[in-house]
Amino acid sequence: MSHETNSLAPEQLTEQQHMALVDWLTKLADDEFILGHRDSEWLGLCPTVEEDVAFSSIAQDEVGHAAFYYELIQELEGVSADYLAFQRPAHERKNSLLVERENGDWAYTIVRHYLYDLWDQIRLDAMVKSRYTPLAHGTKKMKREEYYHLIHFQHWFTRLTGCGGEARERMKQAMEWAEQDLDDLLDIGLYESDLLSWGILTQEPAKMRSEFYSQYEDLWGKISDLSGRRIIFSKQASKGRMGQHSQALASALENMTEVIRFDPNAKW
Amino acid sequence: MTQTQNGKQKQERFYQILDEVKDPEIPVISIVEMGMVHQITVEERIIWIQVMPTFLGCPALEMIERSIRERMLEEPDMDEVFVEFIRDPLWSSERITPIGREKLAGFGLATPSIDRLDQVECPYCQSSGTNLVNLFGSTACRSIYYCRSCKEPFEAMKPI
Repeated sequence: MSHETNSLAPEQLTEQQHMALVDWLTKLADDEFILGHRDSEWLGLCPTVEEDVAFSSIAQDEVGHAAFYYELIQELEGVSADYLAFQRPAHERKNSLLVERENGDWAYTIVRHYLYDLWDQIRLDAMVKSRYTPLAHGTKKMKREEYYHLIHFQHWFTRLTGCGGEARERMKQAMEWAEQDLDDLLDIGLYESDLLSWGILTQEPAKMRSEFYSQYEDLWGKISDLSGRRIIFSKQASKGRMGQHSQALASALENMTEVIRFDPNAKW
Repeated sequence: MTQTQNGKQKQERFYQILDEVKDPEIPVISIVEMGMVHQITVEERIIWIQVMPTFLGCPALEMIERSIRERMLEEPDMDEVFVEFIRDPLWSSERITPIGREKLAGFGLATPSIDRLDQVECPYCQSSGTNLVNLFGSTACRSIYYCRSCKEPFEAMKPI
């Protein structure tokens, strides 16, 4: 099939392609890894036992996806996936600021996760037909798993914004906070047009972003009280995608790397 | 002809052996019944087994790999076993065999199809008066339901 003959194998990549691909994979891996950790922090603390159950599965899925992306980088760079996950300093990490924020209240948790999963779905759609076949295969699998995350958070989002009272107020506040990080979340980076022209991504980044905003706005656009609101884009001083992170990431990493710092050869 | 015959018989024999390797999270069903075994290649005393993981982050994969190796190496004509987890083709819940589905039902696990998440038959009393309680369950691949007829909670495999 033309799809197969047109595919890019790891050994066919030019130096430029190699660099751009590793940069993109690092963003994906770090996003999933840090969010998976934030999800795991909810265990035992969720407002309902059903959510404790849900968050344990969701955390496990995200960390599994991170492991997949780290392994792709490992194949290209020859650096172990464990090293990539646990031993890189904060300034080398390319996750978005949105995923590193502390969990906050339930409203922020729902809004943050919904926004992330919506972007993730659009991002996965742009990779399932990637010319880089290992990426196409893995993202196809992820899409089926992420489908459940997205409907879960969509459901919570609609319920909490739809019911009025304190829930809606908190959701409005959470939306404002999370929206400040959207620019950074949706930033594909310096190589976005290259990734598209090489067929590593198969959707135009500008279209991906407008798709994101139209789906997000559709979710609350019909709720009175919210329909009149506008997303306020405030330029953040730092960019997670460029390795400029908040204190929240530093303390999360400290927590996550406690075992490996204590005993780098620990096996479990 | 005799060689292909032989090859076929050999393949069948190895599938039967793999049928003894159970899913560590659902010990009533084998990895063959789960539809996870893609291909077996045998060359003299070496065997390559390609397995499709159910979920990318499934924590049972290492256990499955170990069980396959241990079971295969019990065979007197096997010296080396290679297990490879592959992503092409993808595993889907559609691959679970009819016998597998029966066994899952006996274990209290329904196997719905993706377009019928809201209409799942209770594996205990076969009633269709059931509710989805939680999309997420005790493992990454399950959801939780409740049967209004026999008043039992039960789980279902997430269709993927």
